[in-house]
Amino acid sequence: MHEMSIAEGVLGIIEDTARREGIREVRTVRLEIGQLAAVEIPALRFCFESVVRGSVAERARLEIDEAPGQAWCFGCCESVPLAARVDPCPRCGSHQLQVSGGTQMRVKELEVA
Amino acid sequence: MCTTCGCGTDEVKVDGHAHAHGHEHAHGKVNEHAHPHENGHGHGHDDHHDHGHDQALHSHDHMLAPSRAVTIERDILARNDAEAAVNRRRFAEHGIFALNLVSSPGSGKTTLLVETISHLQGEPAIAVIEGDQQTSNDAELIRATGARAVQINTGKGCHLDAHMVGHALEHLEPADDSVVMIENVGNLVCPAAFDLGEAHKVVMLSVTEGEDKPLKYPDMFAAADLMILTKCDLLPYLKFDADLCEANARRVNPSIEVMRLSATTGVGMAAWIDWVRDGARAVREAKAATVESLRNRVAELEAQLATRG
Repeated sequence: MHEMSIAEGVLGIIEDTARREGIREVRTVRLEIGQLAAVEIPALRFCFESVVRGSVAERARLEIDEAPGQAWCFGCCESVPLAARVDPCPRCGSHQLQVSGGTQMRVKELEVA
Repeated sequence: MCTTCGCGTDEVKVDGHAHAHGHEHAHGKVNEHAHPHENGHGHGHDDHHDHGHDQALHSHDHMLAPSRAVTIERDILARNDAEAAVNRRRFAEHGIFALNLVSSPGSGKTTLLVETISHLQGEPAIAVIEGDQQTSNDAELIRATGARAVQINTGKGCHLDAHMVGHALEHLEPADDSVVMIENVGNLVCPAAFDLGEAHKVVMLSVTEGEDKPLKYPDMFAAADLMILTKCDLLPYLKFDADLCEANARRVNPSIEVMRLSATTGVGMAAWIDWVRDGARAVREAKAATVESLRNRVAELEAQLATRG
């Protein structure tokens, strides 16, 4: 359940921004979560709903863009798409892969009043 | 009590003291304030769910004030990562080799720590940060060896974060040129995402578990630099295939190092002790080199000052 800590991290960023910019209400929160970031999106939504109560983002809609996973395959010497960490290279079937993308967890944008 | 950082139980009462120095606690504040608010206004959990997203959209349509977009582009764990960077700098400045030990509960982390302390015999000195949801049993086991230990109780928290470790370090005051072992909460999922400022994550897997654990919990094995197979003295009595387990770990992390040992019989301990000593020496030497270059720089500047004075 580290999704709770992640939801609290999101709220921390929202509150910092709200203080700095004098925001009274946050209407939409847009996140980017990588496919390989080990985050359960439904759990994150549930935790987000819980932690934002009583905050400027109490009524905010949570939009999540999922960024695709990517890895460097040492066999193919090129970047390949990767949906899960245990998957083999979709081209050559090897596991000699270095994850190169899709691990990010970012707050991208807020729509505010 | 801060549910994420565990301040407020026995050992952490001391830590709680440190909190009075004005640490910002967004997470604690949110947890504690959200509930009274909810009760005070009398809207229950169900209400909230009934209205859900539609209500948000609905009210959205009727808003008079125009919306504007604010670009943020910030990592969600940026705060943790910033605190981890502070811990990492502190370790480097003091020549401390820090390890983050992660595993499921019951894999033998504390037993390995106790045996490691006894094998190292103070060279280098070792201090331990123990993370558990409740009790200070593990810290007491470590203190019984004569080593310093601080217990963090996370309450309901499922992992340690860099903020808690920063607090613990204030109380632990590890010696310069020593080793700090951080025993994380027994959990093969959540601790993977939280950098504590350590040099390496070391994942432990006991041979009484399944050899497919690296495939079931790939993020942790991907985050670790070393996997230790523990309780290997039991291998003759089990169907556990240690080679297959290693192969599975390398499927998710081709560069992971692997060791097999038994803290009970001592077989395989020598390689682990050497690994710890080598790591500690490298950190100590890096610190000494930095101090040396700073001294040289100071001498250069003093010489320059002397010629102009």
